[in-house]
Formats: sequence, C-alpha cells, structure tokens
Amino acid sequence: MNLQDYFSLVFSDYTLRNITLGTAILGAVCGMLGSFAVLRKQSLLGDAISHAALPGIAVAFLVTGAKDSNILLLGALVSGLIGAFWIRAIVTKTHLKSDTALGLILSLFFGFGMLLLTFIQKQPNANQAGLDKYLFGQAATLIEADVWLMVIVATACLSILLIFWKEFKLLLFDVNYAKTLGFNTKFIDSLMTSFIVVAIVIGLQTVGVVLMSAMLLAPAAAARQWTNSLAKMVCLAAVFGAFSGVLGTAVSASQNNLSTGPVIVIIAGVFVLFSFIFSPKRGLLFKRLRFIKNRRDLELHKTLAFMHGIAETHSNTSHPHTVKILNNFQGYTKKTLKKLADKDYVSLQGNMWSLTDKGFEAASNLYNQLTKSNNE
Amino acid sequence: MTENHHHQIKQSSSTKRIAVKVDDLTVAYNYKPVLWDIDLEIPEGVLMAIVGPNGAGKSTLIKSILGILKPLAGSIRIYNKPYSKQRALVAYVPQKGSVDWDFPTTALDVVTMGTYGSLGWIKRPRQRHKKAALEALEKVGMLPFKNRQISQLSGGQQQRIFLARALVQNASIYFMDEPFQGVDATTEIAIINILKELRKANKTVIVVHHDLQTVPEYFDWVTFLNVKKIATGPVKDIFNDDNLTKTYGINYKVSVQE
Repeated sequence: MNLQDYFSLVFSDYTLRNITLGTAILGAVCGMLGSFAVLRKQSLLGDAISHAALPGIAVAFLVTGAKDSNILLLGALVSGLIGAFWIRAIVTKTHLKSDTALGLILSLFFGFGMLLLTFIQKQPNANQAGLDKYLFGQAATLIEADVWLMVIVATACLSILLIFWKEFKLLLFDVNYAKTLGFNTKFIDSLMTSFIVVAIVIGLQTVGVVLMSAMLLAPAAAARQWTNSLAKMVCLAAVFGAFSGVLGTAVSASQNNLSTGPVIVIIAGVFVLFSFIFSPKRGLLFKRLRFIKNRRDLELHKTLAFMHGIAETHSNTSHPHTVKILNNFQGYTKKTLKKLADKDYVSLQGNMWSLTDKGFEAASNLYNQLTKSNNE
Repeated sequence: MTENHHHQIKQSSSTKRIAVKVDDLTVAYNYKPVLWDIDLEIPEGVLMAIVGPNGAGKSTLIKSILGILKPLAGSIRIYNKPYSKQRALVAYVPQKGSVDWDFPTTALDVVTMGTYGSLGWIKRPRQRHKKAALEALEKVGMLPFKNRQISQLSGGQQQRIFLARALVQNASIYFMDEPFQGVDATTEIAIINILKELRKANKTVIVVHHDLQTVPEYFDWVTFLNVKKIATGPVKDIFNDDNLTKTYGINYKVSVQE
C-alpha cells in the first residue's frame, strides 16, 4: 500500500479508520496535557508515569487472568497514579530533587513490571502471550471500543481544561501566589497530574511504555517555539500531536506496516526539529540570521563612524582621504567600504574616498540613533 | 467635615489599629529553626521594612504569615481575625526570581492574575477586571508594555509587573519580598512613589529590604530580624547602631550615611 491508497482507504477501512482516529485523538490529548508538563519543568514526569504503569498491567493480568484491555489499563492507571503521587511525596517530604525522584520511581516501577512480565511468561497460561505489546505499543490492535474510550477521555480532558483554565495558568506560572489568593493548589495540582496519568494510560496500547513520554513532550516543545501565548501553545500542541498521529499511521501503514508507535514518535520529533530551526522568533535559523544582520549593520556603522572622525578633522568634510588610512581601523574590510558606497554614503575615486553629505549626516546621527533605540 | 471630626481622626491615628499580629511563630525547614518564637504587632498605615542578614528568615516570615509555609507553631491574625478569613485584605509581591519569566504570557495577563482571588474558582476575568489591570499597569508606568511577552521585559519592568499585579488586588495590607533587588533607578523611583501613595491611602506595607542606607528615607517602621525578633518599632526610635549590631553581629555604624 502506498500513501495514496492509505488516504483513499482511511474512511472506508475499519481497522485503518480506528487506528487513525485513535492515534489522532491520542496525539491531541497528549499535546494539550504535555504543554503543562513542559511548562512545569516536569518533562520527565510523563516518562516516569508511563514506566510506573507497567507493573499495574502485569498485576491486573495476574489477578484476573484475562487479557481484557480495559482491565489491564485500569491496573496501569492505578499504578501510574501511585507512581505519580509517590514522586510528589518524595519531592515535598524529602530534600531530593525532582529529577532524582523521577528517575527513582521510573526505574523501580519499570524493574518491578519487567520482573512480573517474565514471571507471567513462565506460567502455563496460554493467555499470557502479547502482554509485551504494552512495552512498545501496537496500534494495529486498536478496536472501535478503544477509540470511543479515547473520545471520552479527550472530551473530559478538554472540559476540565476549559473549566479550570484560569486556575491551571495561575498554578503553572506562580504557585505561591495562587496559594495567597486562596486557591487550593493541591487540588489543582492533583487534577492536572491525574489527567496527565490518564492520557498516558490510554496511550500505552498504541505507543507503549517506553516511548509514551515523547508523545507528551514533543508536540508541546514544538508548539512553544511558535507562540508566546499559553492558549495558542496548548492548541498548537494538540494540532501537532494529532498530525503526528495521523501521519505516523499513514507512513506505517504504507511502508510494510512499520511499527506505528515509533513512527508517530519520530514524526513528532520531526515537528520539534523543524520548529527549533524554522520558527521565526525563537528558531535557530532566524536567530542566527538576525545576529549576522545586526553584526553587519554594526560593522558598517563603526566604519562609517571612523570615517566620520577623520572627515571631521578637515574643514571641508567631503575632502578625499586615502583608503590606506582605513587600515588603522580593525573592523575595516573592502566589502564594508563598497557597501557604504552603494548606500551613497561614500564616494570612491581610485584609492581615495570621501564622505558624501548624506554619509556625513548619517554618521553624525548614528550616536543619537543608538541611544534612542536603547531607550525604546 | 467638621473641625471636631478632623480632631477625632487625628486622635485615633495615635492609637492605631493593629493590621497584622503574629504570636509565637516558629518555623523550621529541617531541625534548625528558621524563625524562633516571633511576636510582632504591625500597626495599620505604616511602611515597614524587615531587615536582617541573609538566612535571618525575612522571606520565611512573610511566607508564613501568608500561609505559603506551614509553621511549626504560632498564630497569625489580620485585623484581629484569622488570616484564612481575611485573604481579600492581603496582597503579595513575591521575589522576582521565584517564577519562570519565559512563561508564554503577556504583561497584561500577569497583572490580570491579581483579580483571580476576588473572582474565585472557575469564573473568568471580564471587561472590568481587564480595566483594573490596565489601570494598575498605568500606575507603575508599564501601560506601553501591556502586550509584551514577559521574557522581553527588563528585570525592573518585571518587578513593576509584579507590583501592578498586587495593586490590582486592592488590598489593605501589602507584603513585598525584596522589591528593590536588582532594579534600575527608574523602577526604584516608581516603587517608592507607589509606596508613598499606599501610605497616603492608609494601607499597611511590609517590605523585606536589604539596603540599610535607604531605610530611614523610605520607611517609617522597621523590624530587625535574625531568626528571633531583635526589635520592632518606629524607624526614628529604634533604627540605631545598637539594634543593627545586635542583628548583624558586627559593629555596624549607621551614622556613616549622615
């Protein structure tokens, strides 16, 4: 199947439609909530929570003996929440830094989860095969019921976001101030963390424990580059997430069924890379270009000022001087001289230069302009 | 207003109401107390500086009064009622460094946060809240920067944004944590003008302050703090070498500035 086939089949084919819808919704939800995680400087929280969900899946299977994905995800939810709130307890009750707490919970829970998984695999239960899909995810197993679950979670998440928008923003920016205004910051914080856990859990089946945090972080990190408004950032992150989902599914379906989760994550990564380089305000490319342009302007101005200093010594300011004299000035290059001539600031005659009236005036105004632009 | 009335007001100002009353406040992060058994009465309408060396617990005192930190012991009363019932009367200007200024938001948006307390849960700011925020921006001379992304502001401008956010709360008591730290002359003057205006309106202002030289000039009340309360009272009575030496532990000569 090529990309064209995919787009013609996506509306009619049951499996393809489920996978596409599922990954798109998942991407949007993760993008929205990921924005909060990124702005709280808790980028690793998602990673810790998704790894912490693994033992929950294993325990749920051991207890019920069934492979109903809803029950397994419930187990993931419980152990993910335990992990998340443990991290918070460690940070608030001890003097460990949050990255230490995150790393600790991540590896402890994941280790325990792997231990249980290997234990399950050694059991004579025929049902046990396929639990490892939660490690790297398997989008192909999405069924309509899963998509509905995602729709419900997405709706709940969006409603909470709209209802508590003001409170979320306040908490993200200045938690202590929020406290003095009388807001129950613990409640807002728990609400936010719980929704991040829920988003991660519904993504486990598709993207898996190991890659889940990228779904959370990549769209948000990309979106941050394009806007300075929280609302726009959250929306944009949702759009990036959804597009990563759809494009990832399209690529994976059209290229010999490459594993969907990793492809989605890589596409989200491409969004990040593109944003880091090409965003007009914060992107590396335009920053660099602005830097070079500023430097060139400065060089030009410095040369002009130097020439102005020489021209001033003469009663006739457009009296010609030799080019050699400019070698005394460190920043001088032939290129700058030519540029100044192009701007009609300087007239060149053989080895001699002289300031034009326009050039002299521009040079005298240079300093004033500099102080003015600094005050603005 | 009659002559008699005037007289009454004058008289009552000499027996001022107590705006903030702190009793037996003790705070500890680990084992070592940061604040030990603080008793403090701050009369209404004063501009009070809290001075003391680094680690003396100045910020901790403010944060404990505001309920940001949980004290080991002690009680806080605002106009003779528990703080939790009097939040609307209190505004807070945190240290500038306590937040991430790269947060995606504008100056106006930050100042509007000052209205969130009176709005309560869920309700969104409306036109009149925006208007109040714009007025506060005007007061601190930041109106031209209202739509500026906050990371694009200078340190002094950011401080003025925080000040404006507190002004929007229209409180009776203002707590400010080092508002003068690292600001330029423009901002310092802007802050002082605001302080004077607040005093004129009989508001109480409590400021964690580092620059001892400017204490007599800016403030009329002072508290010396070094884990314990050393002294509190009118600047003209207690701002002297003796108290400075007790607080800072070195032979401090305040008379240098005269």
